[in-house]
Amino acid sequence: MKNGSIITIENLVKSFPIGGGEFTALNGINLTFNKGEFSGIVGPSGSGKTTLLNILGSLDTPSRGQTNVLSTSSGQMTPKISATLRKKHIGFIFQTYNLMAVYTVFENVEFPLLLMKMPASDRKKAVLEALEWVGLTDKIKSKPPQLSGGESQRVAIARAMVKKPDLVLADEPTANLDAENSHHILQTMEKLNKELETTFVFATHDDKVIGYLRRIIRLEDGKVVSDENFNK
Amino acid sequence: MIAFKLAYKNLMGAGLRTLLIVFVLSLAYVLIIYMNGLYQGWDRQARIETIVWEMAEGQYWHELYDPYDAMTLNDAHAPVPDALEASAAEGKAAPILVTQATIYPEGRMMGAMLKGIDSRQKILSLPTDKLDPDSEEITAIVGTRLAKAAGLETGDYLLIRWRDVHGTFDATEVKIERIFNTTVPAVDMGQVWIPLRKLQEITGMQGEASLIVVDEVPQEGSTIAGWDFQGHEVLFKELEEMIQMKSIGGSIFYIIILALALLAVFDTQVLSIFRRQREIGTYIAMGMTRKQVVGIFTVEGGMHAILAVVLGAIYGFPLLLWTQKAGIKMPEGTDDFGMAAAEHMYPYYSLALIIGTIILVMLATTIVSYMPSRKISKMNPNDAIRGKIQ
Repeated sequence: MKNGSIITIENLVKSFPIGGGEFTALNGINLTFNKGEFSGIVGPSGSGKTTLLNILGSLDTPSRGQTNVLSTSSGQMTPKISATLRKKHIGFIFQTYNLMAVYTVFENVEFPLLLMKMPASDRKKAVLEALEWVGLTDKIKSKPPQLSGGESQRVAIARAMVKKPDLVLADEPTANLDAENSHHILQTMEKLNKELETTFVFATHDDKVIGYLRRIIRLEDGKVVSDENFNK
Repeated sequence: MIAFKLAYKNLMGAGLRTLLIVFVLSLAYVLIIYMNGLYQGWDRQARIETIVWEMAEGQYWHELYDPYDAMTLNDAHAPVPDALEASAAEGKAAPILVTQATIYPEGRMMGAMLKGIDSRQKILSLPTDKLDPDSEEITAIVGTRLAKAAGLETGDYLLIRWRDVHGTFDATEVKIERIFNTTVPAVDMGQVWIPLRKLQEITGMQGEASLIVVDEVPQEGSTIAGWDFQGHEVLFKELEEMIQMKSIGGSIFYIIILALALLAVFDTQVLSIFRRQREIGTYIAMGMTRKQVVGIFTVEGGMHAILAVVLGAIYGFPLLLWTQKAGIKMPEGTDDFGMAAAEHMYPYYSLALIIGTIILVMLATTIVSYMPSRKISKMNPNDAIRGKIQ
């Protein structure tokens, strides 16, 4: 792994069997992500953004090539190792929030810490802190169906951030939000990125998100067509 | 612990659906315990009554004696062995002589067993003190079933014909001294009890018996030549087989209830896994292994059975306690099956029965919950997160 980088991808190919043949979703990807980046994988639908994000999050494995995420290479990745990696070091934010409806806001945010077997007192402190980051301390007893889309996504951000992960992967986090909520969410994530030095990688085709990114990687038909850095 | 907490939350969140499944499962618990308790109670009651009225602690049978073989009965008698004679004198044994007879109540002809028993015996509850071995006429006691079948009343005279030891037919009238009420049909239906000495005299079998009832189990290894000791394990074999047969028949009802409840759990699990794909994908994304997620869903399904124990206890405990105290009135003719059946049957709910039933239902529910949950281990988390699995 290169100095300062937390993710390296070399000659990554991902293909899926379709009918009698094969569909190549990612083809020859070479990328490096450094700690504290606020970057996005951008491209039209079907370009391979989500597939790449899933491989980075060890939810999927490459067909060929190598990945090294937080010092764990794809070759070493057993189901248990990848689960531990996600549990301790990676936070996910989804387009559809994926909150647990029967849990309160507090319990939803607390869930990753329960998996980490954190003591109750530390858990409470961490959850309240995370909810403070996203400005939802007044909603701790609410349940997801009682929240607006923007509030739900903020809970999802708090849930992803509560364990202070090294890497947050956000798949179309603003797709279901209006402009105002989108900006609010993005500002929250940008602030957390700066304060906690958490690496954020987005998969998006939303211009509002793109406007906040400091690095934009464009994918087309499974290939990187550009990789640009911006000073913001 | 997370699995239990999460399962509880999800079940409570499902509201009425959970309540219905839990109710049907609780019904299965209560019915299984009730039905088996009824049979256990019947078994217990029948054993106690049979010991008191017929078997005591065991019986020495003459080597040819077989209560089910009419062909050998005439030869199944021999002098009471000295050892048992002494026990009889101490009131610890009661010799019984058995012979086939024909009775003629109101001019009709009925087959019967003529049984001679010592009027002083205290081992069996038969009212043998009403038998007078010294009177001129032969005194007899019969049970209510025979009395009803033959239209007999206390004080009636009943004509009896029998064969003596040489095969000669003889007949006389016996006076019905007492009609006794017993729950044990074996000492009642077709049985005429007269004093032992009288039967020995009229059959020419002085000092002989066909079987000897004892109130103590003989020491292991002690044998009496020509006589076989029959303990409870042999004497109750038929009773146990009969109760087992009835219990299998009765179990069909609760098996159907249990199957319905398990089907509902299975169905709920299948639906739940399909409906909650996103949740499953999210668990995996948050760091759970597929195995752990399968565990969560299995626990969730299995928890129906835990909640059913609570609900079943709320309404089932007082109900079962009441049936145990008040008993259940048995329909007339129940004892026509040939086994002891009192007017009221008192179910017996042993701890083993209750715990066994809980374990059985929990195990069955957990297995049924696990089966559809295995699908999770084959799920693609990426598709699950987006709810794309069909």
